[in-house]
Amino acid sequence: MSELLLPPEHRYAKIIKEKLNEDGSELSILNLGPTHPATHGIFQNILLMDGERILDAEPTIGYIHRAFEKIAENRPFYQITPLTDRMNYCSSPINNMAWWMTLEKLLNIEVPKRAQYLRVIVMELARITDHIICNSILGVDTGAYTGFLYVFQFREKIYEIYEEICGARLTTNMGRLGGFERDWSAEAFRKLDVFLEEFPPAWKEFENLFERNRIFIDRTVNVGAISAESAMAYGFTGPNLRAAGVDYDVRVAEPYSSYEDFEFIIPVGKSGDTYDRFCVRNAEVWESLSIIRQALAKMPEGNDYHAEVPDYYLPPKEDVYNNMEALIYHFKIVMGEVPVPVAEIYHAVEGGNGELGFYLITDGSRTPYRLHFRRPCFIYYQAYPEMIKGALLSDAIVILSSLNVIAGELDA
Amino acid sequence: MALENTQIQDKLTETFGESVMHFRQERDIFTFEVSSDTITPVILFLKNEETLNFHFLTDLCGIHYPDSDVNEQFAVVYHLHNWVENKRIRIKSFIHGENPEIKSVSNIFLTANWMERETYDFFGINFIGHPQLKRILNMDEMISFPMRKEFPMEDSGRTDKDDRFFGRTPSNC
Repeated sequence: MSELLLPPEHRYAKIIKEKLNEDGSELSILNLGPTHPATHGIFQNILLMDGERILDAEPTIGYIHRAFEKIAENRPFYQITPLTDRMNYCSSPINNMAWWMTLEKLLNIEVPKRAQYLRVIVMELARITDHIICNSILGVDTGAYTGFLYVFQFREKIYEIYEEICGARLTTNMGRLGGFERDWSAEAFRKLDVFLEEFPPAWKEFENLFERNRIFIDRTVNVGAISAESAMAYGFTGPNLRAAGVDYDVRVAEPYSSYEDFEFIIPVGKSGDTYDRFCVRNAEVWESLSIIRQALAKMPEGNDYHAEVPDYYLPPKEDVYNNMEALIYHFKIVMGEVPVPVAEIYHAVEGGNGELGFYLITDGSRTPYRLHFRRPCFIYYQAYPEMIKGALLSDAIVILSSLNVIAGELDA
Repeated sequence: MALENTQIQDKLTETFGESVMHFRQERDIFTFEVSSDTITPVILFLKNEETLNFHFLTDLCGIHYPDSDVNEQFAVVYHLHNWVENKRIRIKSFIHGENPEIKSVSNIFLTANWMERETYDFFGINFIGHPQLKRILNMDEMISFPMRKEFPMEDSGRTDKDDRFFGRTPSNC
């Protein structure tokens, strides 16, 4: 009985037996994760170590796999938005908007300019929260707790803006097909203005704390470097790829939601190491702030916040209670009885970590025939063993947090 | 000059003839089908041919079509992207329903490694030549392939929840 409970011998055990060092010391196995505070999520890596150096790593993923693709095949379209929230939960509005844009591409819906600008603002706010988390946690992992506590209050401020827009904070389920569920309140714009005033000096201070900090530089420069060629071969996108010097950004390559109206640069790094990834994210926060300011300045007059698509957009609640026609539409939309063409759509947006793509196949019924999520984290995390080979154990932690692997997106 | 669909089509039919077929513009992405036995040469050609230069594999996934002919019950879909010309293409390759297998492209694109493992995990498609084809998101002990259409989403023995009242029945979803 007892041998049934024993796990089969790991392939590293054989390596350890064969490779005894000359001085009599031997290699060892270290189990990193799956639940350890330093991994910031559920990641298991079995490491083969020579003292403090990592010789090989074997990642195991799937600990929070929730079968979103299968669930999506059994849900009408608007019920899939809450699933997208839970992929990259650090920047859920980007996922929500990406999903609505996929559907709008499917149904050929033109969203009013003002709603597109509002979407740009909320997506850039989401990008800022994503980068705040990644960079400040990277600080924590190198031993600097102060910066993390300092900038995290601004993530809270952004969540308050989300709350004004849609009522939720982390898993936002924001927006509707064709725009937003309601117009942004004056309070939302006021909070946004306060944020735009208070956040930049704090972010500048945060940058000053780290960018020329001797300890931080020693811990991050040349740690976890990846060349542009191998980053592209491994399917990197987003800040991690740009840190290696490739200026690919979906917002520029295939502008969606009127990104072509705004002036911004794509910050790129050079060596693709942890320090460059940190700097690229820092610079992207400044660009995001600039995009938000431009969007506010160019915001079209009026109060359009959704497209006129009565077949897909829920009617106002008071009409539903008092008007037969509205009640019928409400019922049809909630039950998923809306006209859907047969098509195959791929729509990509620039998520917090790279190209977030939705590959949607419809067969005309109320649910997708197949929905595949192109999740940037899942794709670039496979390079992690390659990146930590030869590094120290403490570097492995720093590399993991600089890659910003979000467990929800990794496992979907 | 931007890369035109006809240019891609001409080059492929010139080199591979009949095994590349059904060229069409599917909304914003140029789509075509490749027979499963020539998938690796076609993708290698698309990647290395100088004028085409599809150097980035954006996505790879499987689809199950249980109602189709037995030779075409599974499809593997490749999304390739040429960043220089900013051109995307989609390649579909249909494979047999009972013994689904296709050659692996993980030696052409390193990134295909986990994408193919995911596809194997959920559809049971065997990628020949893959260095480590085992389950990735589901547990190793699992014996079924959950993204196949016949696999029920929920335990069919549940009595506390009647899907008819939620607008979902096996025939309409």
